[in-house]
Amino acid sequence: MDVMDRNYSCCEIVCFSVVVIVSTSFIACGNTSNDSLVTIDGSSTVFPITEAVAEEFQHVSPSVRITVGVSGTGGGFKKFCAGEIDITNASRAIKQVEIDACADAGIDVIEVPIAYDGIAIVVNPKNDWVEELTVDDLKKIWEPASQQTITKWKQIKESWPDRELHLFGPGVDSGTFDYFTDVIVGNEGASRGDFTSSEDDNVLVQGISTDELALGFFGYAYYEENQHRLKIIGVDDNNDDNGIEAVIASPESVRDGTYQPLSRPIFIYLSVASLRKPNVKEFVDFYLSGGTQSLIREVGYVPLSEDDYKISRNLVGSQLLE
Amino acid sequence: MFSSRIQRVHRNSIERGVKVCLFACTSVSVLVTIGILSVLVIETFHFLSSINSPFDFLFGTVWTPLFYEQSFGVLPLVSGTVLIASIAMMFALPTGLLVAVYLSEYAPGSMRRVIKPFLEILAGIPTIVYGYFALIFVTPLLQLFIPGLAGFNALSPGLVMGIMILPMVSSLSEDALHSVPRGLREASLALGSSTAQTTVRVVIPAAFSGLSAATILSLSRAIGETMLVTIAAGQQPRLTWNPLVPVETMTAYIAQVSLGDVPAGSLEYQTIFAVAMLLFLGTFSLNIVSYWLRKRFREEYV
Repeated sequence: MDVMDRNYSCCEIVCFSVVVIVSTSFIACGNTSNDSLVTIDGSSTVFPITEAVAEEFQHVSPSVRITVGVSGTGGGFKKFCAGEIDITNASRAIKQVEIDACADAGIDVIEVPIAYDGIAIVVNPKNDWVEELTVDDLKKIWEPASQQTITKWKQIKESWPDRELHLFGPGVDSGTFDYFTDVIVGNEGASRGDFTSSEDDNVLVQGISTDELALGFFGYAYYEENQHRLKIIGVDDNNDDNGIEAVIASPESVRDGTYQPLSRPIFIYLSVASLRKPNVKEFVDFYLSGGTQSLIREVGYVPLSEDDYKISRNLVGSQLLE
Repeated sequence: MFSSRIQRVHRNSIERGVKVCLFACTSVSVLVTIGILSVLVIETFHFLSSINSPFDFLFGTVWTPLFYEQSFGVLPLVSGTVLIASIAMMFALPTGLLVAVYLSEYAPGSMRRVIKPFLEILAGIPTIVYGYFALIFVTPLLQLFIPGLAGFNALSPGLVMGIMILPMVSSLSEDALHSVPRGLREASLALGSSTAQTTVRVVIPAAFSGLSAATILSLSRAIGETMLVTIAAGQQPRLTWNPLVPVETMTAYIAQVSLGDVPAGSLEYQTIFAVAMLLFLGTFSLNIVSYWLRKRFREEYV
């Protein structure tokens, strides 16, 4: 009898815990389908802007919750075209395959440029031999043929030390990687594979700032945030129209277009369906209002002109009317 | 009479219910293992049949599956894994053995009661904490003494991994030393040996197979460790024995690819299963060897 009693209570405990687990998972499920949630993902380069805007927006509309993820421009588009997120950050324009994927899923895409960014070329502060590189040098360092061949600093310039070259760059899902390989190597996505690659720019900053032999590239904003731990170097595009000397990435050189070829516009992409949600619309209107220009400057990017934002606002409005 | 039969029937049905419940729980672990294994085998097969030959995978020296010029030689990942695990073992093995000898042969009971919980705390620290400990404390510290040390390297996570598996090495080794029969020690001491002589000449040789099993189990733990090396060792597959430069281990590669957005079903995606299969075969055979050693050593004195 005694044993039976104990069996019963055992069963009861098991049943009870199953009930608890099942009911908590239902509660958890209920939360995610909340309409007051705006989900954003995509480029780590655009992330600082969108995150800053989201933070400001929360002061205005505290009831709306915004999540901003980082999975690279390519990763963001995949989620966007699968209808998993409302907005995606992109550090390059959408590709034809991605437009097709979105069209197949019945998602109407709206492109909104939000700022300019420069890709900074950086080395460790202890590096005292390199001050500038030409576009040809960069190509020689990063092109696929250099894999396992260009491994020493000396191979780039005779006077540089005969020491290993440690390369750092964004991962293949990153729009920065696509843009860099496009303009430097001349073929989008083509690069050597023997470098430390990460979608997380903070990993690159950490690696370069602690490795004397490092050379790497990422969005200018991450350089500005970590200036004291990195040394930025100039890029000479061999085109005298943009200055005869090498140009260093800075808000000025990015805005006036002399930092070539490594400056580019960055975007957010919206879907018409998401825009119909009042919270998303409200957030996008806030994003494109003139007030975010100073915010964009603050996080290290170059804002567009007020007129550009106005055009985007009109575009968003007209899309909704259709 | 009648009511007692009802009770018996009732009890039997509960017995049966409990039995089924227990069996179901056990089969979950078996089924999951079978499931994981079959996924690994199937995806690995797909992968191997899409590349030129399995030899390219096993003996190739360049690993760039995500890049423009794809190459599927897994040796750089294997060398990274082996390098870091060896550094960890070089630290953990002597230290762990000495800790075990102290705890088993020398420490008074009161001391054991203090030291053991500390070792257990060490074993309870999450590996991500060890990762950042290596990256932002140990690496800068080592850079003071070793000028050429890169920020991501094999040395620092190797040493920290040694600290991490120290509790495992020492407690398994202590178990092995502890199960050497008292009689052997007493005989040796009675013949006039000191405690040190007894430990080195009698206890350790007698516990040898148990100690080897402990070593191999810890090695298998070191090889499978993921978080620590993903954070502190860098993410660059490189075929090298130089502990001062960034490397990537098999586990770190799997973590890196599964965090990114490689499309499911693509060749790039299948690489992580092939690497996982190789990793599994490695740790599995190590565990079998250790099991075999332990079995042999149990038989000797029972």
